[in-house]
Amino acid sequence: MENQYAIEMLGITKRFPGIIANDNITLQLKKGEIHALLGENGAGKSTLMSVLFGLYQPEAGVIKKDGQEVAIRNPNDATALGIGMVHQHFKLVECFTVLDNIIMGVEPNRFGFLQKKEARRKVKELSERYGLHVDPDAKIEDITVGMQQRTEILKMLYRDNEILIFDEPTAVLTPQEIDELMQIMRNLAAEGKSILFISHKLAEIMAVADRCSVLRKGKYIGTVETKNTTMEELSAMMVGRNVNFHVEKVEKTPGDVVLKVENMTVASRVHKNNAVRGVSFEVRAGEIVCIAGIDGNGQTELVYGLTGLEPVTEGKVTLKGTDITKAPIRSRNTMGMSHIPEDRHKHGLVLDYTLEDNIVLQRYFEPEFTRGGFLRRKNIRGYAERLIEQYDVRSGQGAVTSARSMSGGNQQKAIVAREIDRDPELLIAVQPTRGLDVGAIEYIHRQIVAERDAGKAVLLVSLEMDEVMDVSDRILVMYEGEIVGQLDPRTTTAEEMGLYMAGAKREEM
Amino acid sequence: MTLLIQYMLIFASVLLLVALGGCFSEHSGVINIGLEGIMVFGALGGALVMKYLPENASAATVIFLSIMAAMLVGMLYSLLLAVAAINLKADQTLVGTAMNLLGTAAATVFVKAMNTAENPDNVSSTIQYISAKKAFIVDIGGFEFNWFMLLALILLVISWVLLYKTKFGLRLQACGEHPQAADSVGINVYSMRYAGVLISGLLGGVGGLVYITAGVSEWKFENGVAGFGFLALAVMIFGQWKPIRIAMAALLFGLFRSLSNVYTGFDFLARLNIPSSVYNMLPYIISLVVLALTSSKSHAPKAEGIPYDKGSR
Repeated sequence: MENQYAIEMLGITKRFPGIIANDNITLQLKKGEIHALLGENGAGKSTLMSVLFGLYQPEAGVIKKDGQEVAIRNPNDATALGIGMVHQHFKLVECFTVLDNIIMGVEPNRFGFLQKKEARRKVKELSERYGLHVDPDAKIEDITVGMQQRTEILKMLYRDNEILIFDEPTAVLTPQEIDELMQIMRNLAAEGKSILFISHKLAEIMAVADRCSVLRKGKYIGTVETKNTTMEELSAMMVGRNVNFHVEKVEKTPGDVVLKVENMTVASRVHKNNAVRGVSFEVRAGEIVCIAGIDGNGQTELVYGLTGLEPVTEGKVTLKGTDITKAPIRSRNTMGMSHIPEDRHKHGLVLDYTLEDNIVLQRYFEPEFTRGGFLRRKNIRGYAERLIEQYDVRSGQGAVTSARSMSGGNQQKAIVAREIDRDPELLIAVQPTRGLDVGAIEYIHRQIVAERDAGKAVLLVSLEMDEVMDVSDRILVMYEGEIVGQLDPRTTTAEEMGLYMAGAKREEM
Repeated sequence: MTLLIQYMLIFASVLLLVALGGCFSEHSGVINIGLEGIMVFGALGGALVMKYLPENASAATVIFLSIMAAMLVGMLYSLLLAVAAINLKADQTLVGTAMNLLGTAAATVFVKAMNTAENPDNVSSTIQYISAKKAFIVDIGGFEFNWFMLLALILLVISWVLLYKTKFGLRLQACGEHPQAADSVGINVYSMRYAGVLISGLLGGVGGLVYITAGVSEWKFENGVAGFGFLALAVMIFGQWKPIRIAMAALLFGLFRSLSNVYTGFDFLARLNIPSSVYNMLPYIISLVVLALTSSKSHAPKAEGIPYDKGSR
C-alpha cells in the first residue's frame, strides 16, 4: 500500500539548557492536504520547523519522507527533499527583480553566465497555472506585500518543492489578500502539494485547513479534523483553558475632547512624499479610537508626530486645550500623554538597564526619586516593586533583572505598567499586543479597556483586524498617509474595512 | 593638454581600480576602509619585483610579474580583513583603520630594513625602479600611453560583467543586501564574503602599484599612498556602487588630481598665481563637497558592515 504521508515527524524531542522545547512531538502531513500547526508563542512551533529544516538536530525521534526514514542535517538536505518554506519575514532581496529572487541559489547558467530566458518562461508558466500574478521583472521594493509573498511561493514552486510550509503568512496581508492567499493554498493542495500552515489565527485555520495539530508548552496535544471541531475547542487545546475572545466592554458616552489633531503633516524619513498628509481627528475622554491600516501607511509617523519623536511639519496638535505641536517630549509626558511604543526595544526600554531603572525612566527627575541630583535608590526600588507586584511582571531577579533577559510578554507588561501607572489623560498604544501570546493579549486588552472606563482617552494603533474590531469604540482607517474612513465597529465588517485599508474605498473626511 | 589627459587617465585608472575593489567588498557586505593599506602593500609587492628583476628582462615580463605580485600581496593583506570581519565578526571600520595604520608602517619598516641591509648608510624608505618603470609606457606622439590604462579598462568591463551577468555576481550582491535570504537558498554567505574581500585586495593591490608608478620612478614608502584609498572610497560612493558610474567619477576626480601636476602648463591657470598646494588639495576638497551633497541618498548595500551570524534571524 502506498504511504499516505508526505512527511512524518515522529517522537521528536529537542532540549535546550533548562527547557524542553519539543517533548515527544508527532506531526504527520498527508499528501495533498492543508495541515495547520497551531500553538502560542513558545509552544515549540519554530523549534519543530528548525528540526525539519536541519537547523537543529533532535535528541530523539525520526523524520520520514514518503515512509522512508531520512536524515536532515542542514537546510540544503531539506531543500533536496523538496521541502520549502515561506518565512514570516520574507527572504527577498529588495533591490533585485522578482525573477532574480526566484532563481537565486538555483540559477540557470552557462559557464557561470546567467541564462534568464528559460527561467522567465518557467516562472510565467507557474504563475499562470496557480493564479499567482506577479511581474517577473518588477523590483521587490516596488511591489506590494501580497506580491512579495507570491514571489516567495513561486520560489518554492520553481524548485519543484512538494512540501510547502507557510509560517504565519497572513500577518502582513489585508483581508482581501488573505482570501486570495487561501485560494492559492487550495489550488496548490489540489495540484498535489502538501501544505503545512503555521498560525495562531483560529478563524483562518478553520477556513482553509483540513486537519490541525496543536502544540502547547513544547508538548503535542493532539490532531483534529477541522470539520469535526470548533474554534472554542481549538483554543482550549492551544491555551489549556477556556479563553474569552470577546473583550468585555460596557457602553460609554465619550466626554470632553482630550486630543485634537488638525491638518497634521509629518515628513517621511524614507521618501520625499509626506508620510502623514493633513490628518485631522479627535480623541475624547472615555473612548478608544483605533487607527487601522496596513503596515506602512503612515501610522508610525502619525504616532511619531503626536509623541514628538518626529517634528510635525504642518498643522496643530492640542492636548487638553494646550498646543503641544512643538512641545518637547518630556513636557508631553508630564502633561499626561503616555505612549506604549510600536517597537519596544527601540523606544520602549533601555535593554541593558534593569527593570527598575526602566520603570522610572520618565519619572526619575521627580522629587520622589531624585534629591540634589542623586537618585533615591530606595524609593525607586519600592516603586518598581509595587508595579511589578500589581501588574504581575515576571522576571528572573525582580527589580534588578536586566530588561534584555526578560520575555517579550513581560517586557511589554513592564511598559504597560509604567505608562498606565502614570495616570495619563491620553494613552497612545501602538500595536501593544504584537508578538504576544493569547494570555498576555487578553491581559493587555483588559488594561486598555480599564483605562477607557476610568475616563481616559485611548488612541490605539493596530494592524490586527480582530483587535481593531474587538477593542475600539471608533475606527479610523489610514491609507497612504491619510484618514480615508471612519467606521463604527458595531456596524462594520472586516470586508468593508479591508476595502478602505486597500484604498479601494474612501469617504471625504 | 596631452599631459593633462595623460595624467587624468592614469590617476583615474588608480581610482577606478581601487574603487572597484571597494565595490566588490561592499557588495558582499564587508565595508573596506582598509583600501589605503591594501594599496601600500600591493605597491610594495610590485616595487620589489621591479627592483629585483634583471635589467634585461623584457617589458612583458616586467608588466606581468609586477602586476601578479601586486595582486597577490594585496590579496594576502586583505585576508586580514576577511578573517577579522567574517570569521571573528570584528567591527569592520576598526579593522580597516588598523589595516591602514599597519600598511604604511609595516611597509616603511620593511623597506628601511632592506635598504640598511644592502648599505648600512642608507636609512631611507625609498625603492627605485627607474628602468623597470619604462616597461609600462609606450610613447604615442608625445602622449605617454600606460599599459595600466588598458588594464583598468579591461578590469572595468570584467567587473561589470561579473556583477550583473553572472551567477557569482547575483549571489555576491545578495550577500550584501540580505544575507539571510541568500543563506535560505543555500548560498554560503561566508565564502561569498571572502570572495568579495579577496577581489578587493586584488584590485586594491594593482591600484597601489599603478599609483606609485604613475608619475615617478621611485617611491618613499613613509608616505603611504597619500589618502588615495580614501579618495577611491569617495569615488565608489559617488559612483553609487555601480561600475560604470564609478568609472565616470574616477575620471572626474582624476581630472582634479592631475591639475596639480600640470597646471603650470596652462597659461591662464599659471597667471592666476594660486599656490600649488591649493591644486594638491583640490581632489580632497571636491570629495568632501561631493559626499556631503550625495551621501544622503546613497544606495549602499543594505547589510554592509553587519557581521553575518547564521544563528540570528
